[in-house]
Amino acid sequence: MDLPTLRGLFTLILMIAFVAIVVWAWSSKRRKEFDEAARLPLEDGPLADSGGAGCKTATGAGEKQS
Amino acid sequence: MERASTYNDRVVRQFTIMTVVWGVVGMLVGVIIAAQLVWPALNFDVSWLSYGRLRPLHTNAVIFAFGGSALFATSYYVVQRTCHVRLFADGLAAFTFWGWQVVIVLAAITLPLGLTQGKEYAELIWPIDLLIAAVWVAYAVVFFGTVALRKVSHIYVANWFYGAFILTIAVLHIVNSLALPTGLLHSYPAYSGVVDAMVQWWYGHNAVGFFLTAGFLGMMYYFVPKQAGRPVYSYRLSVVHFWALISIYMWAGPHHLHYTTLPDWAQSLGMVFSLILLAPSWGGMINGIMTLSGAWHKLRTDPILKFLIVSLSFYGMSTFEGPMMSIKTVNALSHYTDWTIGHVHSGALGWVAMISIGCIYALLPKVFNRESMYSIKLIDVHFWVSTIGVVLYIAAMWMAGVMQGLMWRAVNDDGTLTYTFIESLNATYPFYGVRLLGGTLFLVGMLVMVYNVWMTIRGSKPAEQTVIQPA
Repeated sequence: MDLPTLRGLFTLILMIAFVAIVVWAWSSKRRKEFDEAARLPLEDGPLADSGGAGCKTATGAGEKQS
Repeated sequence: MERASTYNDRVVRQFTIMTVVWGVVGMLVGVIIAAQLVWPALNFDVSWLSYGRLRPLHTNAVIFAFGGSALFATSYYVVQRTCHVRLFADGLAAFTFWGWQVVIVLAAITLPLGLTQGKEYAELIWPIDLLIAAVWVAYAVVFFGTVALRKVSHIYVANWFYGAFILTIAVLHIVNSLALPTGLLHSYPAYSGVVDAMVQWWYGHNAVGFFLTAGFLGMMYYFVPKQAGRPVYSYRLSVVHFWALISIYMWAGPHHLHYTTLPDWAQSLGMVFSLILLAPSWGGMINGIMTLSGAWHKLRTDPILKFLIVSLSFYGMSTFEGPMMSIKTVNALSHYTDWTIGHVHSGALGWVAMISIGCIYALLPKVFNRESMYSIKLIDVHFWVSTIGVVLYIAAMWMAGVMQGLMWRAVNDDGTLTYTFIESLNATYPFYGVRLLGGTLFLVGMLVMVYNVWMTIRGSKPAEQTVIQPA
């Protein structure tokens, strides 16, 4: 097999890999896991109060530390 | 309280404070060299104050000292919170802090003395390179050790970006710094000629792609959802964003070597990959900004969110500008002009600095046991001063750059050059003044931050925070 053919094949493999990642990521089986993963940063309460409305919902101010 | 049940925030606090300190130092050096371009006499004929020696000091200080400390601080904070576990190996984490500070101090001594390897963004001499490698390996052990100990099955996307940044920088630094020492202060590079240039810009562009992009995208994926109080817009998009970005960035380096002796096919390859990069870059930007959908009103009241979202806008702008400048015909106009400087600072000040500043404001009260920063109003002042500063800076450099490119390529009917170089320099002069003003404003913003940070941490008693159980 000559070099241009190998290069072409490599491009094809990368394209298939990309499509495979997209299909994998958008598969409905992944939905629950991804929803849980997306909430990971929010589990330990809000950051310090900085005037944003969302930051005042829980305790009226920034979270008290234990 | 049992040690393993609390987070290691000591190292986070240390890196957070040094981020602010090195930010001021690095930007001050930047302002000094910008002033030297306006008033060359400001080098006072002292060799270690000359532009050629201070410029690498500026780039190293802002990229590796300021940006690096911000990356260490946030990655250590984020990996503990999203893995629900204390940082792996406290002693090694402390070594990364002190080791990194020693590297920075050594850089601040050697660069003004003119001790350099002559590779852009990799100037430091070989003994410092060895220390960097040791610190970086320790960083990788701490980070990936923490990920390995995690209490949740999933590795949050921010950690993927931080992980890619740590691994890639280790490879880039070691390969590009390979050299044969001839003494304590001097060495010859392992490569020569065009191969050396190609290795250097493979390193250089991936330093942009992984140090200044992937690492800061890690910040984005944690702090934007956190500050907006809602999960990232699309987690699926973040997965595709990650794989697409890291696999394409690796190949874009040759665009730094257009119209050189690098083989033509390699230049074209670099250009094509740079153009494709627009897609994952904008995918990430959209993912970050759209996280705010349904909560746009928070932008009105929360200056930290303003920093984060405006930094993403600058990220979008410079990742559009970059691919455009990598097109060979555009590059023929832009290369070697101040347009490049404008592009770099739109990324460095607009994206990297502003997202770091936003994250530090969000993080600092939390790790210093305060409810909020001393003054929210001063965060807003900082935001506006620095935004105006960036806009002045990049607009001046765009105009100067395009003008220089047009003047340099202008030819008379008989084929002679229309303008001498000194004429183009003369025409650039006013823009150097505007650039100095923009840079000074950005530095003033940092000084406002120093005051706010000082008032926030003064007399604070940081408390150990308990590792929370996974939901």
